[in-house]
Amino acid sequence: MEEFALDSGNTAWIITASSLVLLMTPGLAFFYGGMVRGKSVLNMMMMSFSSIGVAGLIWVLYGYSLTFGSDIGGIIGNPADYFGLAITDADSLMFAAGVPATVAAAFQATFAIITVALISGAIADRVKFGTWLVFAALWVTLVYSPVAHMVWGGGLLGADGPVATALSVPIDFAGGTVVHINAGVAGLVLALVIGKRKGFGTEAMRPHNLPFVMLGAALLWFGWFGFNAGSEFAADGTAGRAWLNTLVATGVAMLAWMATEKLRDGAPTTLGAASGVVAGLVAITPAAAAVDSFGAIAIGAVAGILCALAVSLKFKFGFDDSLDVVGVHLVGGLVGTVLLGFFATGEADAVASYGVWYPEGALNGLFYGGGFTQLITQIVAALVAVIFSAVVTAIIAFALKFTLGWRISEEAEVSGIDLAVHGETAYENSGSTITEVR
Amino acid sequence: MKLVTGVIQPHRLDDVKTALEGAGVRGMTVSEASGYGRQKGHTEVYRGAEYTVDLVPKVRIEVLVTDADVTAVTDAIVGAAQTGKIGDGKVWVVTVDDVARVRTGEHGDSAL
Repeated sequence: MEEFALDSGNTAWIITASSLVLLMTPGLAFFYGGMVRGKSVLNMMMMSFSSIGVAGLIWVLYGYSLTFGSDIGGIIGNPADYFGLAITDADSLMFAAGVPATVAAAFQATFAIITVALISGAIADRVKFGTWLVFAALWVTLVYSPVAHMVWGGGLLGADGPVATALSVPIDFAGGTVVHINAGVAGLVLALVIGKRKGFGTEAMRPHNLPFVMLGAALLWFGWFGFNAGSEFAADGTAGRAWLNTLVATGVAMLAWMATEKLRDGAPTTLGAASGVVAGLVAITPAAAAVDSFGAIAIGAVAGILCALAVSLKFKFGFDDSLDVVGVHLVGGLVGTVLLGFFATGEADAVASYGVWYPEGALNGLFYGGGFTQLITQIVAALVAVIFSAVVTAIIAFALKFTLGWRISEEAEVSGIDLAVHGETAYENSGSTITEVR
Repeated sequence: MKLVTGVIQPHRLDDVKTALEGAGVRGMTVSEASGYGRQKGHTEVYRGAEYTVDLVPKVRIEVLVTDADVTAVTDAIVGAAQTGKIGDGKVWVVTVDDVARVRTGEHGDSAL
């Protein structure tokens, strides 16, 4: 068997990229925190921060092994293989790139963390913190790890799975199905099971701090360069392609969202710009290095417009997806995953194709002479992720509903979840006296 | 003694302060306020949801004056705060029974 050969350049980049991706979760805390009302900003931020604790712990204990351990039925990895991250470089996920197993496991940990945190936006202002922590643990175990295994760990949606055999290899460069469709579906299911906030649709619930939202979008965009360019697993031209596409698709999506608002509402808003940024980031994620510049621009434009329109659906259908996890992450994830069926392009020699690359066994999209096969493959992969995530998330959500319970009391919700659940307030600074020190 | 209270557009505050100093006023209290009159606020749109924001930011300025200065002070505020557009605000005057200066304990006009 081939010896592991350390590549210090690639390794340095993946350690850096891992740190960038981890920063996305605190960034998300600001992005979401600014969008809720002032009385619940701390709880919103805590749902993101606590995801780092819960998902990080599980990942180190058995989550990595569940995802990348030896395949069981195409659905899940063996949790005993690498329990406690007992893993050697011979089994490194990034063996070919010369990146050690520990570094590869660190990079993947940050993906599990951000995916759980994304869901929290759908259920703002109203859930018990303890139930959220238990949900996060169960969801990483029963939904994230299996879906990541199916796509990246050699399961159903991988290069050797039945979809690849029957059609072609599904393309998910950095996590359109695993992260965004998965989190978006879970958010929708939770919003439906947990129910609306008191006053949804009738009381004003406008964002309390738009500069926080912009700050969060900035941190997310910055971290996302690690997410997408790091997913190349190497410091090379394809990572550069992913970086460039993450720049241009995101910028175009921001412009497209603002243009949609200008035409529909009369003004391009900062909330719209920040939302467009995230919609573009989500949509380019699966396609990051698998499309050329023009494909990236098209994906950004479609994502910006469709997501801007999709965030109104919750009012039409009456589900309280508070911060539009469905409208931005599910719709954006579907846009990127499905549009790959039109715009995917790549060559075995990535240098000859300006860094554009997709896995062996995938095909060009419809607009690049590849016919309909890859489009059908992408739709099938998206549907598998949607169905698996919906079913298992629903089981977890109902199990928690009838055991721990999801909702805080109506009184606590009205007076503010920060005080009721965390015993603090973000902005009430006057009129306090110290009564006891411990 | 009178208490002159003005609720004005926030961006007129600097001009009003200057005008009051010109009218010989040596102290005032300024606070942030919100409210509406005939202009009835404005609308804002967040991700497709339109809100009517009827309480808009205002500044409340309060000045204690002797009876003789009331007209000059009131005119100074009105003159400096006026833009001619709706939302310019209001100024009103109420009679004050007594005023005490905390530092010295003086009462009445000498406390102003």
